[in-house]
Amino acid sequence: MSKAITVENLSYTYPGVEDTPGVTVFTDLSLAVEEGSFVAVLGGNGCGKSTLAKHFNTILLPSGGKVHVCGMDTSDPNLQIAIRRNVGMVFQNPDNQIVANVVEEDVAFGPENLGVESSQIRARVDGALKQVGMYDYRAHAPHLLSGGQKQRVAIAGIIAMEPKCIVLDEPTAMLDPKGRREVIDTITKLNKEKGITVVLITHHMDEAAKAQRVVVLHEGKITLDGTPQEVFSQVEMLHNLRLASPETVELCYALNQQGYELPLTELDPNQCAQILFETFKKQV
Amino acid sequence: MLKDITLGQYFPGNSPVHKLDPRTKLVMLIVYIIALFSAVSWISYGLCFVFLILVVAISRIPPKSLLRGMKPMIFILVFTGMLNLFFYAEGTVLLSFWGITVTTGGIIRAFFMVMRILMLVSATFMLTYTTSPIALTDGLEALLSPLKKLHLPVHELSMMMCIALRFIPTLIEETDKIISAQKARGADFESGKLMEKVKALVPILVPLFISAFRRADELATAMECRCYQGGEGRTKMKQMHYCGRDFCAFGVGAVLLAAVIALSVFGL
Repeated sequence: MSKAITVENLSYTYPGVEDTPGVTVFTDLSLAVEEGSFVAVLGGNGCGKSTLAKHFNTILLPSGGKVHVCGMDTSDPNLQIAIRRNVGMVFQNPDNQIVANVVEEDVAFGPENLGVESSQIRARVDGALKQVGMYDYRAHAPHLLSGGQKQRVAIAGIIAMEPKCIVLDEPTAMLDPKGRREVIDTITKLNKEKGITVVLITHHMDEAAKAQRVVVLHEGKITLDGTPQEVFSQVEMLHNLRLASPETVELCYALNQQGYELPLTELDPNQCAQILFETFKKQV
Repeated sequence: MLKDITLGQYFPGNSPVHKLDPRTKLVMLIVYIIALFSAVSWISYGLCFVFLILVVAISRIPPKSLLRGMKPMIFILVFTGMLNLFFYAEGTVLLSFWGITVTTGGIIRAFFMVMRILMLVSATFMLTYTTSPIALTDGLEALLSPLKKLHLPVHELSMMMCIALRFIPTLIEETDKIISAQKARGADFESGKLMEKVKALVPILVPLFISAFRRADELATAMECRCYQGGEGRTKMKQMHYCGRDFCAFGVGAVLLAAVIALSVFGL
């Protein structure tokens, strides 16, 4: 499989203001994201998650090393627009990324910037809004929508540009549980049905559990990398990084401390309940 | 409480006036204003008035909402009326006191002036009532686009207007939140003299500005991510087309303007 994004020996330092020294985030980071995969990037505050995401979209350029997106080098200024066309980005606050005061006009903003023909924009906008389930709200004013709905509009705005890859930087941090579920379901659907590569940056473990691969960042380095089962079963390691596993794993882990021998790989609450039920039934 | 404020009031509708191209409506407003200022007689004023009534009737905008919009204008109307009434001396003197004379000419002139302002404001309201803000900015951009040749930032201006309109409700909501937060910490916005009230606004404005700057920064990043690079090479989802009713409107506008100018030339 070809790679959607490759990061080679990336180093990055935020430039300091006047005489103060800059803040170094990465010294030597390498990562490759397969095309069509769903990767979650986890990490505590200040570990460099958002900085990494901004490198995928040429908003930040590496101080050292290389970032390639769909085979294009991000440090080449001539490729900037081509890269941004291929990598859509969704940010934390839905209010601050919606440009127009009608939903469909906002979704049309990206394709309009790309110079797509009017009739085609219409088709793209309708298609994108249908995919995120916001078609019925196309004539609404964005400020009257709920947080989850606004974030879905923002995602539709990205889909309408027909990117190969979507990077979401903590898209659910400002949403209530219902809005979070709406957004995560939309992302998962896009990945499965459209084959869009998804990089989800988050600090919600249960969201990361939905991904095919989980990468844990700590102080600018990749500390864990693997399937959700592989990563989340390393409960002690995660605790050392001040992270927690999803609650199902945490529960099994706590029970194992009491002398049980439960698997630490079950991420689905129903399955976990079933395993617990069977374990306890044997004891009785 | 701040949410009740409506800016750029727009009454969605499906009437022929609503469906007119925003460019047509903008041009028609200009034509109408020129006609109003060229009008000198009862007949020409009457023509302008009839035209306005027709537009209001076709648009099905309730006349009440037009009248409500006039409320802030009362002072200017009364002031203009008084000025013309007392200081314009022509025709028969009707009243004379303290060196001020009221003449028949003065009364007529005062009436004309008040009517002129009323019709001017109503016509402007008709534009904003029947055109969505986004259509209006698009129309302005299209009309002003010849100025791009003079390197005037026409696209940027309309983008700014569009974003400003988009963020008005967001910032109003934010102001509401800040006011509540400051009240919860014992801030007092209601009592005190005018100066104290103004001073009490500082703790609202400072956080509001800071958050507006932060929003602007994030929005700029988000726009860049969506490949925004200014107006060059940009297309529009909704293209504006002139159609039959636009030409009709232009025709009526031209006739109105020609009639008013002809009447004023003949001194009628």
